[in-house]
Amino acid sequence: MKRILACALLALAFTPAAAQEKSPFADYQRMTAEGSPVELFELGGEELWKKKQGPNSASLERCDLGQGPGVLKGAYAALPRYFKDVDRVMDLETRLLHCMTTLQGRSAAEAAKRVYGNADSPSEMEYLSAYIAAQSRGTKIAPGRSHPKELAAYELGRKLFFHRAGAWDFSCASCHGEDDKRIRMSELPVLSKPEFARPVMATWPAYRVSNSQFKTMQWRINDCYRQMRMPEPVFGSEATVAMNMFLTATAQGETYRGPGTKR
Amino acid sequence: MMQKRRGLLHAAGALLLAGLLKPMAALAAWNKAAFSSKTSAEALKSLGTPSAEASGGILIEAPQIAENGAVVPIEVTSNIPGTTSIVVLVEKNPYPLVAKFEFSEGALPFVKINAKMGETSDVRVIAAAGGKHYQATKEIKVTIGGCGG
Amino acid sequence: MAGPMKMRATLAGGYTDVRVLMTHPMTTEQQTKGQPHFIQNLTVKVNGKTVIEGEISQAVSRNPVFSFRLKGGAKGDQIEVSWLDNKGDTNKTETAVA
Repeated sequence: MKRILACALLALAFTPAAAQEKSPFADYQRMTAEGSPVELFELGGEELWKKKQGPNSASLERCDLGQGPGVLKGAYAALPRYFKDVDRVMDLETRLLHCMTTLQGRSAAEAAKRVYGNADSPSEMEYLSAYIAAQSRGTKIAPGRSHPKELAAYELGRKLFFHRAGAWDFSCASCHGEDDKRIRMSELPVLSKPEFARPVMATWPAYRVSNSQFKTMQWRINDCYRQMRMPEPVFGSEATVAMNMFLTATAQGETYRGPGTKR
Repeated sequence: MMQKRRGLLHAAGALLLAGLLKPMAALAAWNKAAFSSKTSAEALKSLGTPSAEASGGILIEAPQIAENGAVVPIEVTSNIPGTTSIVVLVEKNPYPLVAKFEFSEGALPFVKINAKMGETSDVRVIAAAGGKHYQATKEIKVTIGGCGG
Repeated sequence: MAGPMKMRATLAGGYTDVRVLMTHPMTTEQQTKGQPHFIQNLTVKVNGKTVIEGEISQAVSRNPVFSFRLKGGAKGDQIEVSWLDNKGDTNKTETAVA
């Protein structure tokens, strides 16, 4: 507890409201984004989207991500959202899993067996997320906010954001709940506030230069729970989708510009 | 005679397979001595450029602070007329020499690379032009972000 | 065997801007306990003629991205970038200037 607190509070209030003043990493972030391997993941995702797989020997090209079967333009920016065919709210990865099972005939166990890859071997989800997210570049973030289940997901996500639990009695807000905080040199954006959620959600999923891996939102949420020393969330669970909904909704209106490149 | 030739071919093939004898396409110059040097001075000596005068004609564009040392973007432009090569070194890396580029007619003396930096260090760039060598340096601070995630 | 490679070459003001992305582990001696695996040579060609030759080290980042600038240039010029690593693996990519 002491170590994580020390780590979390190893902050000097270095700038007022990060959104207003230039971050010391602005040049770094700009220059790494301008020459990033991200496009290679987009290419890999495009191949997988079109690849015939599973017992049905079908591609994902008829997958409905919310804009109609096979429509990719703007689809990522409009997720998470409610899907009538499954009567639940889904984010990109849960919806992809759904399409892998229904269109391709694959078992959920097989399709979800390796959702997080590594530098030598990215996962299908990672490649697909890169490709699909790229098709939303320039579109305003607008997850579903009208269906009762969409509203419920938002509420659940918001509650989870502030809910303290686990061995260290942490919540997301423990690190992402106070202005002008950082861990070592990384800024900790207050994700419950639109001005801070916007630039974050506009650039995930992202290529992480520190480990040369492409990471998705399901991974990001999973890894935050790990860092908070909480039990591992189930991939695509109601809780993770709700968290994604809360963060995305808090960022709504921002022009999506990912996939991003991050440290 | 045929037997000997076949024997030789077999031997060459075996060596090829063993990776000991590389096909012609794989043979290319790579200055092992310079790239194995543990100091900038040694590397530059191995490159045949022990001295270089400071010059404002070499522009190094790089972030003041890198959020992670695994990928540090460095962009180099040489405005010195007749520049034929650019060498990039990271002084404090275990092996300072990072890259060397030779430019022929048809290429501008410009390059952007992503380098690994083990710690805060000066980046030194050497440009060769008209038989002389010039240099410029820029410090890049390297930090580690995050809490292990 | 080598991972995907992609390149874009576009006409800018008086020169051609080339950005090339490569897939390569670029592992160091430190990381591999003495068995590094990294690209050593790069060659940039315009319409078959070599214009840039690069020698690089294990200190270049994983999945390298390089930017080069070529003098002048015209739509349709064929740009080729190839690499060779310390294990003899190679890869290359071509694109036309847009």
